[in-house]
Formats: sequence, structure tokens, C-alpha cells
Amino acid sequence: MESINAKYVSQKISKSRWRPVSHSSLQQADIFATGSWDNEDNKISFWSIGSHGSSGVEDGFEGDPQLLCEHKHDGDVLDLQFLDQDRIVTASSTGAVTIFRHHQNSQTISVSQQWARAHRYPSDNAPCTGVVCSSPEIVTVGEDGRIIVFRADQEGVIRVIDNADSSTIHAVTYLRTTEILTVNSIGQLKLWDLRQQSNSPSQILSLSGDRVPLHCVDRHPNQQHIVATGGQDGMLCVWDVRQGSTPFSLMEAHSAEMWEVHFHPTNPDHLFTCSEDGSLLHWETSSQSDIPSFLQGGRNSSMTSRSAMAPAGGNQSLINAWLSGDSSKGRLETTHMLPSQTLSVNSLDVLGQCLVCGTDGEAIFVNRQVPV
Amino acid sequence: MEEVDVEPAVTNIPAASSGTHLGFAWGPGDILVYETLYKASGKCTGSGDIHEVRKDEDIYSPILRKLFNESHHIFVGLQTIREDLPSKNKKPQFVSISKNYRSVIRACMEELQQVVSILLAIELIWNLCEVLFIDAAPAGSLLLHLLDWVRLHKADVDEKAREVLQSESPAEHRDYWDVVVSYVLQGRLEEARQMLVKQATLQPAARKMYKQMDTLNISPGGTQTLTEFDVKWRHWHEEVDRCLQDNSFASNKHLELICKILVGDEDTLLEHKDLLSTWYHFLVTRLLFCHPTVKPTELHYYAQSCLTMFLDSRSVPEPLDSILLAAFEFDIHQVIKDCSIALNNWWFVAHLTDLLDHCKLLQSHNLHFGSNLREFLLLEYASGLFTHHSLWQLAVDYFDHCPEFGRVYLELQIERVPLDTERKALKVLRICEQRQMSEQVRSICKIMAMRALRNNRLGSALSWSIRAKDAAFATLISERFLQDYCARGTFSDLDLIDNLGPAMLLSDRLTFLGKYREFHKLYGEKRFREASKLLLSLMTAKIAPRSFWMTLLTDALPLLEQKEVSHHIQLIYSRLNCLCVSISHLDNVVHCSLHFSAYL
Repeated sequence: MESINAKYVSQKISKSRWRPVSHSSLQQADIFATGSWDNEDNKISFWSIGSHGSSGVEDGFEGDPQLLCEHKHDGDVLDLQFLDQDRIVTASSTGAVTIFRHHQNSQTISVSQQWARAHRYPSDNAPCTGVVCSSPEIVTVGEDGRIIVFRADQEGVIRVIDNADSSTIHAVTYLRTTEILTVNSIGQLKLWDLRQQSNSPSQILSLSGDRVPLHCVDRHPNQQHIVATGGQDGMLCVWDVRQGSTPFSLMEAHSAEMWEVHFHPTNPDHLFTCSEDGSLLHWETSSQSDIPSFLQGGRNSSMTSRSAMAPAGGNQSLINAWLSGDSSKGRLETTHMLPSQTLSVNSLDVLGQCLVCGTDGEAIFVNRQVPV
Repeated sequence: MEEVDVEPAVTNIPAASSGTHLGFAWGPGDILVYETLYKASGKCTGSGDIHEVRKDEDIYSPILRKLFNESHHIFVGLQTIREDLPSKNKKPQFVSISKNYRSVIRACMEELQQVVSILLAIELIWNLCEVLFIDAAPAGSLLLHLLDWVRLHKADVDEKAREVLQSESPAEHRDYWDVVVSYVLQGRLEEARQMLVKQATLQPAARKMYKQMDTLNISPGGTQTLTEFDVKWRHWHEEVDRCLQDNSFASNKHLELICKILVGDEDTLLEHKDLLSTWYHFLVTRLLFCHPTVKPTELHYYAQSCLTMFLDSRSVPEPLDSILLAAFEFDIHQVIKDCSIALNNWWFVAHLTDLLDHCKLLQSHNLHFGSNLREFLLLEYASGLFTHHSLWQLAVDYFDHCPEFGRVYLELQIERVPLDTERKALKVLRICEQRQMSEQVRSICKIMAMRALRNNRLGSALSWSIRAKDAAFATLISERFLQDYCARGTFSDLDLIDNLGPAMLLSDRLTFLGKYREFHKLYGEKRFREASKLLLSLMTAKIAPRSFWMTLLTDALPLLEQKEVSHHIQLIYSRLNCLCVSISHLDNVVHCSLHFSAYL
């Protein structure tokens, strides 16, 4: 495993996201945005990992990320997403949802639009905990159990689902263009069909055992019915939302809360998770291959090979391409991506071969040669 | 060694009008100050403001935050070095860790635009401690390390040299001889030679100088033993002295000067105070040319005399000088003590002492208040970190590695971290759970649950009580649900109640709530047999709150119309007799029982 350097940035990083690259160009990821938390003055910042081909160094860490520009942010940045090439949306602990615009020519940031008290209690602010966008639509969720739909460039709110949940909604993601999926702190996944006018979910899924809060959710890029979640107990669950109301497979991943889970956008046999226990894991399934993984060559050394734990009452063991097809051929490898134990890894993002993550140790790690 | 005494710093409170009395209250890292009157009553004309005065500015500097974070990483790595390795294997690791700390300091210095003298001083002291204590170089290599130490902290020579070399005619440059002499003073004879070459074309006498420089092999390390080196060195020294006596370099005063330096003439060295600039440079140069085989135990004699010779009789040694002198005397405790007084932040002494403690260099005499020196300093440092709104997370690891009092300190401090968001509360909770601090877990969960309850987030409140296994709170939440039901006739938050799962067992009231809802669902699905069975068991199990018994009975009424449950109804009726005795609304019950009897 080639080494991966830490860049200390004097702020605890709560979110880090790659700027999307256009599909037409074969560009590698080069700019990412970060948000901070737990500071008296929080910031969002844009960083660049430098142009490629400028240096002849072959290592995976040519240079430190360079700060391009930053802007003050009111409240902790609890979530951050790129709306398009120039704009990001942030979810704040003050309950505000803000769109920032990054002016590339002058390397400045300005506030493009803000909904100041989008999430709130009757007498107090409620933190907005998650945001997801599919330009120009933006969906946010918060501790107040509301789901709110906005449109960029439109002042008001498009739709509010009040009391969508009696507990905190921790994360939201799109399942289809008109369907979203939320996870909450009593361990439920809820599907919402935005075309319906009703204020109740179209489906509720949950674990059969304890109601462990779920913190993150991500959808398989190609197969829209496969969803991965992570929760307070550090277990990685993979669900099939078409069938049944319980997860398909459960895997012990981390020893503390799992903060983010991401399928690799173009190579979905790879999954990445990060956790409060300070580790970042790279999960890889080798689907239809009879060659044991250690003979496949060219791979980084994996630490342990973990198999899926049989869920209570279920009979799936190893999974193949995340869902059990032919269970005897399935293989699952996990690799630690950070060199040593750090404070909590709060966020990660992966694009192409580049991975960026941010920690509570006020460090950003960038790896440009992720083996996918 | 007298203590370093400084005048206390004066801080003006700008907003307070002059002449007013100020009252104050101490906080963990700051003081709250307010205007007050001494009179018992009367109108206060001052502002009603409270001013917060912070003591330690360092931890709020963004660049120093990098120092704190990076050194935290090194600190944690140091604690996990295996204890069972033999000490000779551990020494290189400790030296490497010491160098890591120093490189972090230097990285910070590079980032800060203006040179911060305090960081320079810290690095200087740490480097010397590394050479003397951690590396513990013996005679011979000791001098080499000291030379490296001096060279590292006198980098302006290279700058000047660059300037001279880049000029048109280096030998004519006004700094030329300064550079050559500086090189010689630092023992960099090879570079001095290269400089002299520029001169050699003009004066052949310099060649003789090279010969002298060449034959001096001042690398006592290597293949020769110390005694061998000593013999050779003495021989060389005599040669150089002879050159001086027979005026070989009388023609060129510069070369003669260099020769005098090589012989170690004190007066000559002292004439170049401006090039030496510090007494410890003077010390190392003198040792180089007079006593290259100096033993560590002999250092302090030379150090004291050099300090005295270098400073004018009028000037007073600065704190830095006393610290360095204490280091040369191998008095580790004095070094730590003086540094603690001179610096306003515990960072340096805490980390250095911890490293020295790992090297087993600190005698473990206990301080009066129970813990040893290392732990005391770490606790002070970590407590300072805890006052910072963000760096408190680093402090946790430091407390973990203080065996005596760390846990107690952590227990007291962790409860005072403000919990603005659930995300932060979860992190604090995880810290407490990992250390089995169950009281703090309960207390934090209760705070969060109360807050959720006030905002009517019953699901969140329940989630917090499950985390804390707080049966009492779960009961409270169930009461709220049941009250809601009684008031409105329907349940709120069905998504929660329908999906309680094993959490239902946390409290009796919660179980009742879940089962009662289940009863409603069964009834709605027209599964009357199971519904009545459930209702019966609810009544029998006595987990129903008293206020609810009426409701339960009322719910039983419609079931009476269903034919297949007559057996159950009879049981309910008999149960009713038992209940009659204790229900206070006797007339209501009688009314109900009349209904029942009508059906039977």
C-alpha cells in the first residue's frame, strides 16, 4: 500500500466532496470542497490537488492539496453536495440551507441563495443533517424530522413533508428521479415517492433486531434497488428494496459509528466506508472469479478477509456482487486505507482513482491511486 | 539557581470605564470580569456587560493548531511503543520520535510569516535535550552532535555565503572574510577551503593553510578509537601552534587569524562575538579546537565559563541561557522547571517530559499532589486543550495516558462540552462508552432526550433512552404517547410505535404501549380472536397504567359483539370483578359491568 499523506488544515473536517467531472472529458478529479465543524467560525473551502502531468513523480501523493479559496459558514457544515460545476449546497447546524457559488476566475466564493430557517422547531433552530441534489432540485432532511424540497433559483420552498419522521433523519439519497430514501435514528429506511401528495412513506424497511440508528445511505450506481447503509454499531448492511423489509446482508465493518458509505460511481464492485473509530475501509467483491484473490496479482495487500455475517433468521453467507447470487463463488476483501489510527474519519468521497477524506484530527488525506 | 522572575502582564479591559471597580470569577481557561460598585445599593452607571478575558492566546492560532494536532498524533504513537523491547532497540525509535516532534515545530515556523522567536527557542532547547539526554552521545560523537546543533541554528552563514559567491568577484566582497571565518568557527573546514580557493589565485601562502586544514581530521567517530583520535589531534594541534609561532602567516592577517582560531585562542574567538552571536556557539567552537574529546560530564565546566566569558559583566543571563546551562549540567528537572515558567503554554514541557519519561530518564519522585511530573504536565496541557471549543477531542487521548488522575479529569471535563447538534453528542457519547463512563453516558443521553421531548421529537427521545438503557425515561415517553392518544383518540408517530422491536422491553409502560397498538392493529384487521386474547393478557399482566384501565374496558366493549370471543369475554368479565375493587370510579365500572352482564 503506497503511503498517503496527511495535510493538516487547522479545522475539523466534517465533509469532503470531489467536484464532479464532466463525462465527456477524461479528466481526473482535481478540485474538492470541504466543510468544517465545531469551530467558532466554520468555513467551506475549495482545494486543488494540482494539474496532472506537471510533475514527474510517480507516487500517489505528488503534492499537498492547495487551498484555492474559502468562505465563512454559519454553523457546522453537516452536509455538502455539489449542485453543478460551480455551486455547492450546504446543510448547516443552524437549520439553514445555503447555495454557494465558486467563481473560478477570481477564486472567490459568494453566497448564491439561502433558506435561513428551513429546518426548525417551534422555538428553536433544528440542524439540517442531510442534503442531496439532482440539479435543480434539492432535498434536505433535518433533526426536526422534516423533508423539504427546494429548487435552486426559486425563492420559496417547493414542498415540505412535516413530521415525516418522529426521530432525526440522518441522511437522504435519491433512489430514482422521483423517489428518495431516508434513514433515521430508530434504524428505519423509508422510501418516499415525491409524485404522491401523501405525507407518509411508500415503504418502510428496518432491521429485525435492535433499532440501531442509521447514519448513512448510498445507492448502487447501476442497480437502483441495491442500497447500502451504515449505522451506530458500525455494521454495513446491504438491502434490496424490492424484496422484503430486512437487509440482505450484514457485515461487521467498524467498531464505532459509520459516518459515510459510498459505492464507487463507475466501478461498483468497490465500496468505501469511514467511521468514528478512525478507519477508512475499502471493500471489494470479486464477482465471477474462481481465482483466489491473493493470486490475482497487482492488488494491494489486504488486511483481512471478512465474510458477510449471516443475518438473523437468514441463510445467506458470502455475498457475490453485494447480493447473493452463487454464494460459493463470492469473495469479499477489505483493506484499511489510512496508514495508522487517527481520530474519527468523518467523510470520504471517491471519483475515478482519487479518494479524499477528512478527519477530526484536522487532517485531509488524498489518495490518487486507489486500486479500482 | 534562582527562579526566573517576571513582572505580571497587565491587561486593559477597554470597554470598562476607568476608575470603576471590577469584579471577577475564574473559569477553566479564562476570567469573567464585570463592573461593580462597592456600595451595597445604588444605581450602577457602568455597562451591564460581562467581559471574558482569555489567558492563553496560543491555542487559538490556526498555525499552532497544526502543531497541536500533529504532535497529538506523534504522542499517541509514542505511547504504543511496546514496553518489552530491549532498551537498545528503543533508543533509535525515541530519537526518531524526537526528530518528528522537532520537524513539526520547524514546519510551523516555516508557515508563520514572521519568525517567532519562541518557537526557535523551543526547537533549540529540544534539539539540545535530544543530543544530550535521548541520544546520550558519548565523548567523541558528542562534539559532532553539538556541531550539528549549532550549525542548524545559525543558518545565516549560508545566506551570506550565497551572496558572496554570486557576486562578481567573491574575494573582494566585503563579507568574504566573514564567511570564511564563520565557516571555520563552525568547523566546516571543507567549505572554508572552497572559499579560500577564490583567494588562492592571489596569494600562494594560503596553500599552506589548506595543508593544515586537511590534516586535521576532526571526525572522532569512525574507525579510530577515542585515544587514537586524541593522539592524532594533539599532534595536529602542536603543528598548528608551531605555524603560528614561526609566523608562517604573518604576511596575511586574515590567514593568521584563522590559524589562531584553529589553535583555539580564546581571545581571538571572543573578538568575533558578532560572528558567533551566542555563547553556546562560542562554547562549541572552543570545545572543537581545544577539547574535542570532551566527555558529557565535563560539559558544564566549559559551559559555565564560556557563558561568563561571552557575556559582558553588565548583562544578565536570559531565561534561555539558564535553561541551556541547566541542560549542559544534565539537570533535567531544572530544565523542565525553567521552561514551565518561561513559556506560557504547556505544550513543550508536556511532550518533552513525556518523551524523557519513556526513555526512563526521569526519576520517579512523586510530587506533593499525588501524581508524578510527567502526569502533572500532561494533565495541565490537556486541561488547557479542553477549554478550546474544538481541540477538546485531542485532550481525551492525553487523559487516557495519565494512569492516576486522567480518568477523573476526563469525567469532569467531558460533561461540560456543549452539545449543539446530535452529531456532536454522539461523538461525546462514544468517548464515554469506550471508557465505560456510564454515569456520563446516562447524563448526556438524558440531556438530549429532554431536549428532544421539549421539541416534541418523541422518536429521537426514545432513541436516546434506548442508548442509555434508561427505563425511567422510556416510561416518560410512553406516558406522552398515551396521553396523546387519550386526548385525540388516535396515535401519533405510528412509524415509531409500530416498529419498536426489542426496544419495547426497555420499560413496562413502553411494552404496554407497543402491545396496545398491536391490539388496535389486530382489531383493525378483524382478527378478533387474537385481539381479545391480547387485550386479556394486557389486563392480566398488570402493566397497564391505572389511568388506562377505563380505556381498556371501553375497548373491550365492541369485542363483545363478536361471536368467536365469548370465552375470552367471560374471562374478561371475571377479571372485571377483580378490578372492580380497586378502581376508584366505581359508578362508571358498575355502569360498564351492567353492559357486560347484558351480553352474557
